[in-house]
Amino acid sequence: MTTVATFEIGYTQFIDSQGEPTQPLPPFASDPATLIALYRAMVLARAFDAKAIALQRTGKIGTFASALGQEAVGVGAASAMRPEDVLVPSYRDHPGQFVRGVTMVESLLYWGGDERGSGFAGPRHDFANCVPIGTQVCHAVGAAYAFKLRREPRAAVCLLGDGGTSRGDFYEGLNIAGVWKVPVVLIVNNNQWAISVPRSSQSAAKTLAQKAIAAGVEGRQIDGNDVIAVRHATEEALAKARAGQGPTLIEALTYRLGDHTTADDATRYRDAETVREQWQYEPIARLRNCLARRGAWDKDKEEALQRECAEQVNRAVDDYLAVPPHGPDAMFDYLYATLPPALEEQRAMARRFAPRAGETRG
Amino acid sequence: MAEVNLVEAVNLALAYELEHDPDVIVLGEDIGVNGGVFRATVGLEARFGAGRIIDTPLAEAAIAGVAIGMAAVGLKPVAEIQFTGFMYPTIDQIINHAARMRNRTRGRLSCPMVLRSPSGAGIHAPEHHSESPETLFAHVPGLRMVIPSSPARAYGLLLAAIRDPDPVIFFEPTRLYRLFKQEVENNGEALPLDACFVLREGRDLTLVSWGAMLQETMAAADALAASGVSAEVIDVATLKPLDLAVILESVAKTGRCVIVHEAPRTVGCGAEIAAGLAEYGLTSLLAPVQRVTGYDVVVPLPRLEHQYMPSVDRIMDAARRALEYA
Repeated sequence: MTTVATFEIGYTQFIDSQGEPTQPLPPFASDPATLIALYRAMVLARAFDAKAIALQRTGKIGTFASALGQEAVGVGAASAMRPEDVLVPSYRDHPGQFVRGVTMVESLLYWGGDERGSGFAGPRHDFANCVPIGTQVCHAVGAAYAFKLRREPRAAVCLLGDGGTSRGDFYEGLNIAGVWKVPVVLIVNNNQWAISVPRSSQSAAKTLAQKAIAAGVEGRQIDGNDVIAVRHATEEALAKARAGQGPTLIEALTYRLGDHTTADDATRYRDAETVREQWQYEPIARLRNCLARRGAWDKDKEEALQRECAEQVNRAVDDYLAVPPHGPDAMFDYLYATLPPALEEQRAMARRFAPRAGETRG
Repeated sequence: MAEVNLVEAVNLALAYELEHDPDVIVLGEDIGVNGGVFRATVGLEARFGAGRIIDTPLAEAAIAGVAIGMAAVGLKPVAEIQFTGFMYPTIDQIINHAARMRNRTRGRLSCPMVLRSPSGAGIHAPEHHSESPETLFAHVPGLRMVIPSSPARAYGLLLAAIRDPDPVIFFEPTRLYRLFKQEVENNGEALPLDACFVLREGRDLTLVSWGAMLQETMAAADALAASGVSAEVIDVATLKPLDLAVILESVAKTGRCVIVHEAPRTVGCGAEIAAGLAEYGLTSLLAPVQRVTGYDVVVPLPRLEHQYMPSVDRIMDAARRALEYA
């Protein structure tokens, strides 16, 4: 037998769980202000998560998917993007969306069941939260093809989970990305759990990154709790994409420290001790340690930041709760560019039976 | 003005729009160098280049999915699924994303794509190549479901579908691809979507159909005319959203209606039309609405397909029932 193909998957980490560099840091990390901005974005996302869960428990929003412990993935990825790039997220990617300019009020509206939550006043061209798992991979590949065809120096960044890599849409989209050599970066937030199914039951592959190899696409693995590694890998992949060198799959290893959603109880299927162990690897403390080691962070700054983020979240909650309810027209307004006459009667019916102001919150 | 068959009309419409709108692209399996298994895209790759006429890997879900991504950032993709029997993997993408892209982004993004596919039985094709699943798509809010019944309507409706700002599912009856030719002026003039076409005016009976079944339906109208019955014939053309007004207006005049479709009966689009007649046109009906449809069976292999498909005899039988009802 002759060997006709071999592959290897590289793993990258810049700071370990203690915040200690494990190799020389990339140039962007030499400026503490850059790292502090990343730190701030992660702290804000975590404050938002905690508040959103509390809002769900008190009936102020519906089911919510927390990103607890995975903040570095979205924040690192989004911070590497240019405004004109396109983010194609899953439903657990508010940390990255906030960096892109989606507001916390919009996110609360979305999870609060208000149609207006996906209106994104900020990144108008970013895709909406994708709930059908992995289907968004194809959208990112299609968008990237459009950028390539029009010779625009833009790229699409797709976030998906470990469960998503089991789906046909992932394989089909990845395969096409390789054939068409499009400017797309697929980032797998491997948080080890697809609701109750652990990574080991999801795939027999040693890494999820190697799934790219079968499609002729570069695949690499990074420490997804190291925001420097996430940003660095995304920057490299985006530079490669813009240079016409095609797609990259990045598997970011992290851990879902919370439940799948507020409708889930993870104690049913996983050991509390394992989760406690995983807390020592979470992304925020390690970057704080890293900053403190460099003399760029201290207790006062930490307290000020925590206060500031809490106030920002509280303001967003107040603004969210003050949003007046939408009427039934919101169901019809954006169904088609122009409402077909066949639907006018149904809209009239919805208007007629809509609760009057003050009756119920719509 | 040239005489073209339906598949040539599709080709003309694609070429016209590719030439006049740089955002239009065509993608699918075997549609580039090979020109499509039915030759609908023949010559397009040579004329417009492989960047805009894209041979895709064999992956239907991704064909729909990447077309959605393309459309959301401003292209107007026209994607081909080789046969409607192979469309089912696209349904997740079409229902969960294409149909609701505009709605779920509050109009930030939209999905101006067309998903073309040859549909229907009657060409002695193998298993899975004779399906008529229009009802699956007609049920979905946010979609348009269009089926032409002649070269001229294929040309005009496909142009309209490509120009429409929302997703359109466009079935092309394979049986009509080369059945007959018609004068089609390649002038870029679209026909209206969301509108029925009255193909023949009549006083005594309304025959409602779409796609390839208009052949049998028109033949039945001819036979009825020979026996002194004046039948109005309506081509629904756009099944979603449905232009019920034209059908109601016709039945208000005739009082009798026969709906003909090749797809299976249960929850077929004919049921929606019949329900519309019951809700809004009951007092003008002089007889129960008749449906002549494919049976609720798996589309048979070629030896039985002509027994499955509604025939002129079956339409005549239903017409007699409608006409003889006291």
